[in-house]
Amino acid sequence: MTFWLGPEAQAALWLSLKVSFWATVASLPLGLFVAHALARWSFPGKQVLNGMVLLPLILPPVVTGYLLLLALGPQGPLGTIGTLFAFRWTGAALAAGVMAFPLMVRAIRLSIEAVDPKLEDAARTLGAPRAWVFVTVTLPLILPGILTGAVLAFAKAMGEFGATITFVSNIPGETRTLPTAIYTFLQVPGGEVEALKLVAVSVGVAMGALLVSEWLSARVARRIAGR
Amino acid sequence: MSLSVHIRRDRPGFTLDIGFDAPGGLTVLFGRSGSGKTSVIDAVAGLARPDAGRIVLQGRVLFDSAAREDLPPERRGLGYIFQEGRLFPHMTVRQNLGYGRRFAARRMDLSPVVEMLGIGHLLDRRPGALSGGEKQRVAIGRALLSDPRMLLADEPMAALDAARKAEILPYFERLRDETDVPILYVSHDAAEVARLATTVVAVEDGRVARIGPAAEVLGDPGVAPTGVRAIGAVIETRIAAHHPDGLTELDAGGVPLFLPHVDRPAGSPLRVRIAAHEVVLARGDPGVLSALNRLPGTISALREGEGPGMIVTLDTPAGRLLVRVTRRSAQAMGLEVGQPCTGIVKTVALAREDVGG
Repeated sequence: MTFWLGPEAQAALWLSLKVSFWATVASLPLGLFVAHALARWSFPGKQVLNGMVLLPLILPPVVTGYLLLLALGPQGPLGTIGTLFAFRWTGAALAAGVMAFPLMVRAIRLSIEAVDPKLEDAARTLGAPRAWVFVTVTLPLILPGILTGAVLAFAKAMGEFGATITFVSNIPGETRTLPTAIYTFLQVPGGEVEALKLVAVSVGVAMGALLVSEWLSARVARRIAGR
Repeated sequence: MSLSVHIRRDRPGFTLDIGFDAPGGLTVLFGRSGSGKTSVIDAVAGLARPDAGRIVLQGRVLFDSAAREDLPPERRGLGYIFQEGRLFPHMTVRQNLGYGRRFAARRMDLSPVVEMLGIGHLLDRRPGALSGGEKQRVAIGRALLSDPRMLLADEPMAALDAARKAEILPYFERLRDETDVPILYVSHDAAEVARLATTVVAVEDGRVARIGPAAEVLGDPGVAPTGVRAIGAVIETRIAAHHPDGLTELDAGGVPLFLPHVDRPAGSPLRVRIAAHEVVLARGDPGVLSALNRLPGTISALREGEGPGMIVTLDTPAGRLLVRVTRRSAQAMGLEVGQPCTGIVKTVALAREDVGG
């Protein structure tokens, strides 16, 4: 037994990191927008939007994956862009992003609700247009929430299994992410050792991400407290 | 005319219907909490929208329900000093001060404002490390540096203790006297109003009860938006001399008034508020008394209120004086309009916070 991961496990790890990174980065702008809308605006259909955002958290992941397949399949309503995702790593990123979205939105929404709107009012009386107020006042104050949301989303994306395997299957090097790789190793005799190494890597990555986000949040909080 | 406000807002159980024209100088919206003062100032700032009406500042329409005009707050050119300061916690004092400068028509110089407010040593700190008084000084500076057409202040000292208040008050006096920016100021504190106001708009239950110069409105016994304890006349005086025993002598229309030392040069004008419940009324010669201040005059009005008290208006050479007495003593003394009387005030009753330029 060697300490190092075998080539298959390495591929799965790198793929998972890539998939999770892009799932997080690509959904961040939308997550910020939706969280802001839910926290600050009132509009018809707000509860419907809220429900849709939270749905992947409650639905069986297989259902979410199958719905993606239906929507983006050749006969689906979004079939024309379906080829961008079908059985490719981008599809894995999409599935992971959708599954992680509720966690990200929730963390960011809570932090936006914690910002006193009176500060934003004060900025506007000083002549700042709304967009500038958002960039210079709201955004810096919710940075800890954004970091928390991003780390949670990344961790969730690293662990996504059901929706991914349903939507884009389990293709080595393309859609076989860390959890699917662990599952696959467990299906073959003698695969337990590789599986166990990947389990250790998962724990390490998750722990590291949490520590980094805690450290960044504490730094931002210290700056805001004035020290 | 500097600011003209005529607005109406209906809410279940409370109707705000306010109309006033503020000349230059410092105009105070004076009333108890819940009377609608903050709604008015927020409407002027554009942070709250009235149901109907019109707000015009120096010829520029800020809000007009008939013409469907409603400028957003960032285009109204006002500097708002909030009760709680509302400094941006993630920025240094310098960044806070500079926030509005980017959008100002004229780019103002930081240093005169910093110097006037005495906040030079705070520039690199963040609001979390400032005291309440320091925060409010920075808030004043931040509003000033946005080059406003008018300053708005919503009870900027309500969250401060007496010592901090005494620290901040002079800055508002300087703003009133040394800049030509008009100020709209909300307060429920009669002493503050007496010191600062050029014009007083007394607000009661969402309506304007009385409007006029400070001495006139505060000297009207019928105006007591915050209760009888707050009734008191304002007298305009001039500092006559400083005496070695620690007293300052004022000249109030030829009548000498003595009060604890006031740190201003002789000859400078001074406004003194005399609370109605601090004055003792005497008929005839009061004889030998320890009280130094005696204002002879004639009773011009008697006003009975609810409860056991009444307010006597005494016309003196120093101006109108309000005296709160019980109905029982008014009866025993046989007080009538036209009677000569003397108002007696202890030197120590002229409190520091009631005295201002």
